[in-house]
Amino acid sequence: MMTRFLILFVLLFGFTSTGISVAANAGNTDKSDTIRTPLPIIKITKPGQCVDDTDEMRRNHMNKILHQRDLTVYDGIRTKQYSLKNCVNCHADENTNSVLGKEGFCESCHTYAAVKIDCFSCHTDKRDVKTSVSNKDDNKGNPHQ
Amino acid sequence: MSISRRKFMQAGAAAVTGAAIAPGIRLVELAQARSPEEAASTAKRWGLLIDSAKCAEGCSYCVDACHTEHGITSNNRPETDAQWIRKVTAKDPETGYTHFLPVMCQHCEEPPCVDVCPTGASFKRADGIVLVDKHICIGCRYCMMACPYKARSFIHEDITDQKSHVPRGKGTVESCTLCVHKIDRGDNNTACAEACTELGNDAILFGDLNDLKTEISRRRRTEPSRQLRSDLNLNTGVRYQGL
Repeated sequence: MMTRFLILFVLLFGFTSTGISVAANAGNTDKSDTIRTPLPIIKITKPGQCVDDTDEMRRNHMNKILHQRDLTVYDGIRTKQYSLKNCVNCHADENTNSVLGKEGFCESCHTYAAVKIDCFSCHTDKRDVKTSVSNKDDNKGNPHQ
Repeated sequence: MSISRRKFMQAGAAAVTGAAIAPGIRLVELAQARSPEEAASTAKRWGLLIDSAKCAEGCSYCVDACHTEHGITSNNRPETDAQWIRKVTAKDPETGYTHFLPVMCQHCEEPPCVDVCPTGASFKRADGIVLVDKHICIGCRYCMMACPYKARSFIHEDITDQKSHVPRGKGTVESCTLCVHKIDRGDNNTACAEACTELGNDAILFGDLNDLKTEISRRRRTEPSRQLRSDLNLNTGVRYQGL
């Protein structure tokens, strides 16, 4: 009787420990190969520091943008260093010319953090491409042509 | 030789005023140009003087230039398309005399749109330009109802590919900004005035109303001009001649 219990115990313990180790291995595989939560893709095409160091910018860029927006709108202060236009010019993807999109500098991180970006419902997400103001071809689609 | 303190100070002031640091560059002129770090001040009041006698029938060069400058495009729905400047035809019913004038935001000193805005989004900048802070505009359109000049437009549809210097987005109200980005850049002109001059009509003149030396101030002083709806006492920054 005692021997039977012993065998049962050994078998049960054996199965359980095997199960645990398999599960643990599976967990390890998840972490190294296929991550359930996709990490943001941060592409820095123009390295350097024009406003503040990376840690500060990652945590507080929204406050800096908020501060600058009121200075620009109400007082007409348009310093290049803190302008959103300048941020986009540097951080836009080289292929898409945009900070949005799956691999876009802004959208990639904001998707990961689940924070909606409001900026680009009004501001352009594209790098500023110099065009001539007097170029009349730009007028396509203008109702008053 | 003795010189009184007062005379010495007067001579010194005259020397500083006239001092030129290089040929063609004076200290006084340098002080007047606003640097990017400097806030707009009440020392300036920007405005337009429009001569309707010079505004040609069928010409929409100023309207086209404005819409090109600010990236305003049509959705082929004229009733809801944004319009910052429009050509108005005025006809004397007695004589049949017809003339034309561009009408945009009149940049009032006492703007009704600012009075009615519930969020403070509609505001007047220190240099007299009436603007909308689209960050806090909730799109209620009270300002559109309050404006006696029908100068404002509501954006009904999503917009993409805006100009980098003109943020525009669905659900907000907008109007003529007097090319505020150009003023801040130091261009000292608007797209509509530039276009009209380029065409040779010279119907639109832009300038600082506070500076007595500008052409717009001189003409306002020496020639007759009037405000649209002057009965409302809004003291508009845009004035008209030939009406």
